[in-house]
Amino acid sequence: MSAALVECLLRLGDDGLVLGHRLSEWIGFAPVLEEELALGNIALDNLDLAQAALGLAAELEARGRDADALAYFRDEAQFRNALLVEQPNVDFAWTIARQALFDAFALPNYRALEASAEPRLAAIAAKAAKETEYHARHARTWVLRLGDGTDQSRARMQAAFDELFPYLGELLEADATSRELAAAGLAPDPSALADEALATIAALMREATLVQPAPGAFRPRGGRSGRHSEHLGRMLAEMQVLARAHPGARW
Amino acid sequence: MAEPSPSDDDRERRFLERIDAGEKIEPGDWMPDAYRRQLVRMISQHAHSEVVGMLPEGNWITRAPSLKRKIGMLTKVQDEGGHGLYLYAAAETLGVSREELVAALLSGEAKYSSIFNYPTLTWADAGTIGWLVDQAAIVNQTLLARASYGPYARAMQRICAEERFHERQGYEIVSALAEGTPAQKQMAQDSLERWWWPTLMMFGPPDTESRHSEQLLRWKVKQLSNDAQRNWFVNLLVPQADAIGLRIPDPALRYDGEAKQWRHGPIDWQEFRTVLAGGGPCARDRVRVRREVQQRGAWVREAAEAHAAKHRTAELQP
Amino acid sequence: MSAPTEFTLWEVFVQEKSGAPHTHVGSIHAADAELALQNARDTFARRDKLVSIWVVEAERIVASRPEDAAGLFEPGPAKVYRHPRFYRPANPKQKR
Repeated sequence: MSAALVECLLRLGDDGLVLGHRLSEWIGFAPVLEEELALGNIALDNLDLAQAALGLAAELEARGRDADALAYFRDEAQFRNALLVEQPNVDFAWTIARQALFDAFALPNYRALEASAEPRLAAIAAKAAKETEYHARHARTWVLRLGDGTDQSRARMQAAFDELFPYLGELLEADATSRELAAAGLAPDPSALADEALATIAALMREATLVQPAPGAFRPRGGRSGRHSEHLGRMLAEMQVLARAHPGARW
Repeated sequence: MAEPSPSDDDRERRFLERIDAGEKIEPGDWMPDAYRRQLVRMISQHAHSEVVGMLPEGNWITRAPSLKRKIGMLTKVQDEGGHGLYLYAAAETLGVSREELVAALLSGEAKYSSIFNYPTLTWADAGTIGWLVDQAAIVNQTLLARASYGPYARAMQRICAEERFHERQGYEIVSALAEGTPAQKQMAQDSLERWWWPTLMMFGPPDTESRHSEQLLRWKVKQLSNDAQRNWFVNLLVPQADAIGLRIPDPALRYDGEAKQWRHGPIDWQEFRTVLAGGGPCARDRVRVRREVQQRGAWVREAAEAHAAKHRTAELQP
Repeated sequence: MSAPTEFTLWEVFVQEKSGAPHTHVGSIHAADAELALQNARDTFARRDKLVSIWVVEAERIVASRPEDAAGLFEPGPAKVYRHPRFYRPANPKQKR
């Protein structure tokens, strides 16, 4: 049981770490000074979650690692984040679409995790749920303004959703691990979150005068079992380079 | 019987009386044009420095070597963005728009602290900026928090409260390196050697050469001279460097037993003049980056305005 | 190069705890009310615990002018009868 719980925490923590890192890439480059603070806050909330979840995962696996060892000394194949969060910041609309899609899953996920049989996981989730309400509100605000703004902004917002919507599927699918966790009352079955998540996105896109992409042949999967896109390797190369140059050092 | 309207001389005399009495000048109050212009220059320069200053440290967020450091560096740089916001808002009370101020920065016309035209080549530099540069800024800013212009003084109080954590974090980062592996210790020492003199130059030219100081001191916008501040800073830093076993790169640094003060050696003012004239290693990069960011973000800002125009109402519309 | 856009200026007032007055903390730029509220929260609520934020478009604020201060505002303690200490209750120990 502990192994499945560790997997659960790695998924949670890696989602937070990769998403937090991607958001932090905007610092110094945001389209408005006010958005430096907004994106920074969302990045920090996700990194806090990562630190807590990975810390607990390290403790439970009892292999002498800590959160930093997991963050900086695992290779891509050992990361358990969903493919959605490693997608790059092609432009601000991509970042907003990625956030809206992720939060559509994450908010009901964290809320369900508050009832986890593992109290420390429940506590992490409770904090994340509160913070994610705000992230979702922020993303929604910008989807509306970009979707129903200028012709150019609508085109970019639509393009971002067209490209990223297929990545939502992976977040809302059950697998052997998630079935085991659900059976033990540790975490919700992701497919049980699908209706709410899809309804949220559908309503949001409609209100933003955007067209929801029709499902096609492209159904990206694999992040939850360590098969990532080309993006993660390059991202980790930058993220981990300094720590790996001084193995064993304290900072 | 109506009073004769005051002459500009009367107004200026009354203005100086208020300054001398320690009163705060607020946005609607009468002020000499020169005071207004000086304040816009000072406040906007400070605001630009905060925003440009996000780049050298922001350079190390994505490579920060631990989660604690990643979170800490991101928090700090985000704070700097916030400081820029407070200061642009303070400058706007003087009748200038943020748009105009940013345009002046991007055209190269407006200045910002030239310390940020130096590159952050190692992780140690990210720490050293907090330890040295922010501490130098605190020396400067604690005094500005008592400035005579209300909105600026209030912005500075907020900023000072937040700056404390930046300096402590910077010193902690460098201390950890100084107490770490030989490679880490070398990283810290090398960083101090590259940032020490540029930081001393942050306090501006020597008193004998400072153009604006006299007027700013008279108006109680500035409280201590450049040299006095620089000296205060050196005396803070010497024991701090000593405590972590790092060597200040000043062979002429000596202790004046009589005045009980450390005295620094001669400064290479030619480097200062070169950097001030735009010759700093990153000078062109910093402004180019800010210009690109401004351009790349235009469509986002236009969308927000277009949406607001379509939905003009005072109700909250998330 | 696109035309410059001017976001509206908003003044921000925050309340630190229930029952306390809202205090002016500064200003932010935003194109609309929702963005203004979020920007205010992101700028001013990062360290302080707050229970409420007000944002007001700066141009909607009506302010007294500094030159009218003398006529509008009397020096504080001048009208003694407005202050509680002027009033002394009858000696409560007196009994009929």
